[in-house]
This record gives sequence, structure tokens and C-alpha cells, in this order.
Amino acid sequence: MRPLKQHKGIVAPMDRANVDTDLIIPKQFLKSIKRTGFGPNLFDAARYLDEGQPDQDCSERPLNPDFVLNQPRYKNASVLLARRNFGCGSSREHAPWALDDYGFRVIIAPSFADIFYNNCFKNGLLPIVLDEQVVDQLFGECEASEGYELAVDLENKSVVTPSGESFSFEVDDFRRHCLLNGLDDIGVTLENAELIKQYEDARRQSAPWLFH
Amino acid sequence: MAGKTLYDKLWDDHLVKQRDDGSALIYIDRHLLHEVTSPQAFEGLRLAGRKPWRLDANLATPDHNVPTTDRNLGIDGIVDPVSRIQVETLDNNCDEFGILEFKIKDQRQGIVHVIGPEQGVTLPGMSIVCGDSHTSTHGAFGTLAHGIGTSEVEHVLATQCLVQQKMRNMLVRVDGTLAPGVTGKDVVLAIIGKIGTAGGTGCAIEFGGEAIRELSMEGRMTICNMAIEAGARVGMVAVDDTTINYVRGRPFSPSGESWDRAVEHWRTLHSDADAVFDKVVVLDAADIGPQVTWGTSPEMVTGIDGQVPDPANEADPIKREGIVRALKYMGLTANMPISDIRLDRVFIGSCTNSRIEDLREAAAVVKGRTVSPTLKQAMVVPGSGLVKAQAEQEGLDRIFLEAGLEWRDPGCSMCLAMNADKLGQGEHCASTSNRNFEGRQGFGGRSHLVSPAMAAAAAIAGHFTDVRELIH
Ligand code: SF4
Repeated sequence: MRPLKQHKGIVAPMDRANVDTDLIIPKQFLKSIKRTGFGPNLFDAARYLDEGQPDQDCSERPLNPDFVLNQPRYKNASVLLARRNFGCGSSREHAPWALDDYGFRVIIAPSFADIFYNNCFKNGLLPIVLDEQVVDQLFGECEASEGYELAVDLENKSVVTPSGESFSFEVDDFRRHCLLNGLDDIGVTLENAELIKQYEDARRQSAPWLFH
Repeated sequence: MAGKTLYDKLWDDHLVKQRDDGSALIYIDRHLLHEVTSPQAFEGLRLAGRKPWRLDANLATPDHNVPTTDRNLGIDGIVDPVSRIQVETLDNNCDEFGILEFKIKDQRQGIVHVIGPEQGVTLPGMSIVCGDSHTSTHGAFGTLAHGIGTSEVEHVLATQCLVQQKMRNMLVRVDGTLAPGVTGKDVVLAIIGKIGTAGGTGCAIEFGGEAIRELSMEGRMTICNMAIEAGARVGMVAVDDTTINYVRGRPFSPSGESWDRAVEHWRTLHSDADAVFDKVVVLDAADIGPQVTWGTSPEMVTGIDGQVPDPANEADPIKREGIVRALKYMGLTANMPISDIRLDRVFIGSCTNSRIEDLREAAAVVKGRTVSPTLKQAMVVPGSGLVKAQAEQEGLDRIFLEAGLEWRDPGCSMCLAMNADKLGQGEHCASTSNRNFEGRQGFGGRSHLVSPAMAAAAAIAGHFTDVRELIH
């Protein structure tokens, strides 16, 4: 996994609550058996005016001019600013894959759905929870000034605005450690292979009906 | 010291290692797989040269992409080549790694959350995961069950464990007795309406109280299924006689002496009387009537005698904006009665409501009646091949067909429309599934979540109507 220590980038404001994973990547794109290539279909139903199909060339499709990511000022955004309960719904990891493939590295919201939050860390994306008032303030600043950037430092757990104002955020140590170092957590777990075997043997004795 | 909750007990029982940083390694007893969220996980295993840790913990089936007609054609019946490749990929992966799979033509095939309990592959006290958020369904059996992403599917295949943070304990208690015509689906929609789609975020919800205890396993599964729609990855119900009677005699259930030992353990799977929950929500069953969602989030719900809300009455600006957006998408106007919403299609199915009891409830409503000619389609999609067979044995298929509903082959179908069953743009659908998100059931489609009985009543009337008036 690609590590993430610090990141500075253009912010795109996604001003709606309860953005679900069906909206992030609609179901017709889940038929792919690959992990990559979902970027052009990120937010497909909101981003284009027609109904997208897998393997279609998206460069010719009619864009929805009202959709935030289609506005030239947010073209190279890599930080997504969002509202409450971002990523709710399906467990599809295609959602973080699509955000990543599009070019996002950081998502900031007042709250995230649990499974989505977890899936982000597995893919080198950093979801950051900030207070609702702070998020409100960032929305205001972002919409007011073109080219608005935020600087994120995972080591120090901080988000810094262009004016130098800094907000700290919480993230649990294990996830932070894995993301800072780009660790594959299967490898980390397998360091405990002996312990897992011991647990399993004991379980085979105490609950034999769980084994065939 | 306070007693333990059911979740505490299940957590402690599966703890392999507690780390200092608060994360823990949790052992997984059962892993269910389907074609959509597994291909990249198998590919990851292959690339890393890893093998599954424990084959007998896994069960796979294709469900999302399968057609609901012409099942005898097997994979050749899948018209969309991209869907076909995904199902073939699951078959190939299961064959290559040696994982048990109920393939498309197997009578035991069905929606993964229907077949686990049906086969006794889901047993009380287990930890169960699947690359699917509705894995919470299995919590109805007093299991620790939740959805995971594809990276975690790979992690479980390779290590039989997951790295987890313990969640908070939440109790949702429903006191009193439900009125006739009011079902588990109405209860869970009412709960989501009350606590919101993020109400259970970070929590494991235990559903308790008299109304839950009186529900069948099917009803409890419907409720746990939608725990995720309340933001909670885990929903649970304590084990009791209803649970144990359901599990008895199923193909993968223990028998003989092993059964007795298992039951002795299962009887301990409830929260202690002095257990303390971080959050408690109480509802009165008497206040719950048949529910209908009007918007694009499951929390946008009201009773059948209610109205579409007026955004002008909402104080919270983010919520108000959400209502305006939803009404526009749904093509509804503020303050219109729910019973005025006219329907184009009716879908009875999905892992929420496609079990035998659901089909019986729907059949009881349509029996001797006819589907409204204003509908384009009303379809019934059983949750598994075995549910289908049982329904046919009971003659439910005849009742549906005579009333003018279609009787299909098992799968996810129009719940998320990855196969050929979808809504057209702007069409309203009474659906027994679990998500009414924009485009969920088809591009531009408008979904209204209801119980099977309410969907059946809507099919007859052509618009939403109070099923309690049809069952007297
Ligand atoms: S029936 Fe619907 S919610 Fe259930 S597993 Fe299938 S697609 Fe998911």
C-alpha cells in the first residue's frame, strides 16, 4: 500500500449529507474484477447527464455542469470536503478505489459510515473527522477562494488552512501506523500465526460443531 | 462489576489478541463470499502466493448478477457478458482454492444472507463476515456478524482473522406487542426513522424487548438486516427457544451429543441482567404502524397514514436541503398523503424480505385479488432455490401468478439491479428491499421501502394503501 504522511492539495466541497456508496460508484461498475480504473465513473450519476456503462469512453459523455467536480476551479482537487455520514450504505470497496483512482488522498467530514471509514485506510486514503462547525468554516473558506488548499499532516494529526489556522484530528494508532508506513496488514497479522493457531486449536476443543 | 452485554460476550469469545493501541485481532468462524466483492481478494491472494487459512470456514454463492428467469440455462442465461465474467470468476476461484460454492444451478443457491441461516451455516455464537454490508442479518442468531470490504475479504481468507476496534454497546428495545399487519420491516423502518441513518454509527445494536422476542427468526433477520441502515455494522438478537428451534435439523447444524453441547453454550448468549449499554433507545410497539419511505434515505420514512414532509418545517439546514433534494428526485410534493403515491412496479424480494414467511405474508394479502392494471410489473423473487421450492409446495406461486404477479428465480434481483431487473427512469416502486438511494434500483428509479404485506397491498391498489384494511 502507498504510504501517506503529509498531503497538501486543492479542496473540492461536496455539499450534501449522507453521500452513499451507490452515489460514489453506481452498481453497474461493480461488475469489474479489477481494482483500478474506477476514477472516470466516480459519482457517475451526478457527474454525467446520461447513464454510464462499464468500459465506456467517458470523455465523450455529456457532463452535468452543476456538479462540483465539473467546475474548472476544482479540476485537480485531491482533498474532498464532505458532510455528515459520508460513505453510508454498501460495503463496496469500489468506493474508495474510485476516489483514489480519481486522485483524492484525503476526505474531511463531520462523520463517516463505519465500513467506508475502515475501507479508506486499506487503500491509502485518509478520512478525517472534524467538528461540524469546523467543517462548516472550511466549506465557507473553500467556496470563497479559488485554489483553496489544505495541508494535512498525519504524523502530527493536523489540518492546516492557507491562513495558517490548524485543526487537530483523532485517528487510532494502528491505522495511523499502517498508513504512515504503507503496511500491508495481512503481513502484520500473519506475524501472529502461532497465536491464531493456538486460539483455533482451543476453539476446536470447546466448540467442535464449528468445524467440519 | 457490571455484567456483560451479548456483544461483550461474543467479542471476548473471539479475541485472539488485544493490542496496546486499542485494536484487536478477532477470529472469524464463518466467511461468506459472493461474486461482486471477492474477485480482487482472490487476485490479491494469488499475487502474494497465499492460500486460504481454513477452507471449511468459507461458503460462496453467486447472487447479485444472476438472472431471475431461465435458471436452467445456468451461466449461459446471463446475457450481460460483464456479469457473466464475474460469476465465472467466482466459480473459477472457488474451484482453484477449494472453497465450497453453491453454483448458479444448485438448488441451494440464493442470496448469501438467506442461505447461511437456511443451511445452518449460520449458528449462534459465531463470528461471521462477508464482503457485504447486510451481513448484519446473521446477528438475529446471536452472532457477531458484519460486513467487510474486499481488502478484509482477502485478510480473512489469508488469516481467518480481522483487525477490529471494539464498538460501543447500544440497546434498541421495543416494548409491547405489534398490531396485526405490522411486521419486523415496519419495526426496523420506525427505528431508523427515529434514530436516523447514522444513529448507530460506531455501535453494535442489540434489539430486545417483548416485540422483538415475539418475532419469528425471519422477522428478527429483517430487523438485523437493516441495522446497517441505522449506521450500525452489527445488529443482534439474544438466543432463545425461537433461535434454537430454527437451527435444529439444518444441514450444517450439529446433531447428537454435539448438538446438546452447542445448545448449552447458546443458552448463555444474551446480555446479563445488570449489563450496561452506552446508549439505549426505547420504542413502544403500539405506536408503530405500517411504514413507507418517501425519500432517498431509509430515515426518510413515515406511517401509511402520514404525509410527505414539508421542508419549510425543518429547522436543520442540512436536513432541509436533503428533503428538498429528495422530493425533487422522487417527484413528490410536500404535504401530499403517502397513500396518493402511485406506483409503476412492485418488488417483493431481497435479503431483507424474501424468506418463506415474507412470501406467505404477501400471498395472504393478494390471495383472490388482482394486481392493479395501472402497474407495469409486480414481481416476487424468492431468496433461495429452497425457499422457492417450499413456496411452490405450499401453493404460494399459484396465488401470486393468479393475482398477476411474476414468480421468479432466486437472487438479489431488483434490490440493486445488477442483473436485468431494474426500474426505468422516474418509475416509482414499492420495494421490500433495504435501500432507497438515488439510482439504487435503476438509473433515475424511485424506491419506496415497505414490508412484503404492504408491497402486496400496493400491488393490488396501484398506490400505497393500509394493509390492515385488507386483512380484516
Ligand atoms: S439482496 Fe440486495 S442488499 Fe441483499 S445482498 Fe443482495 S444486493 Fe445486497
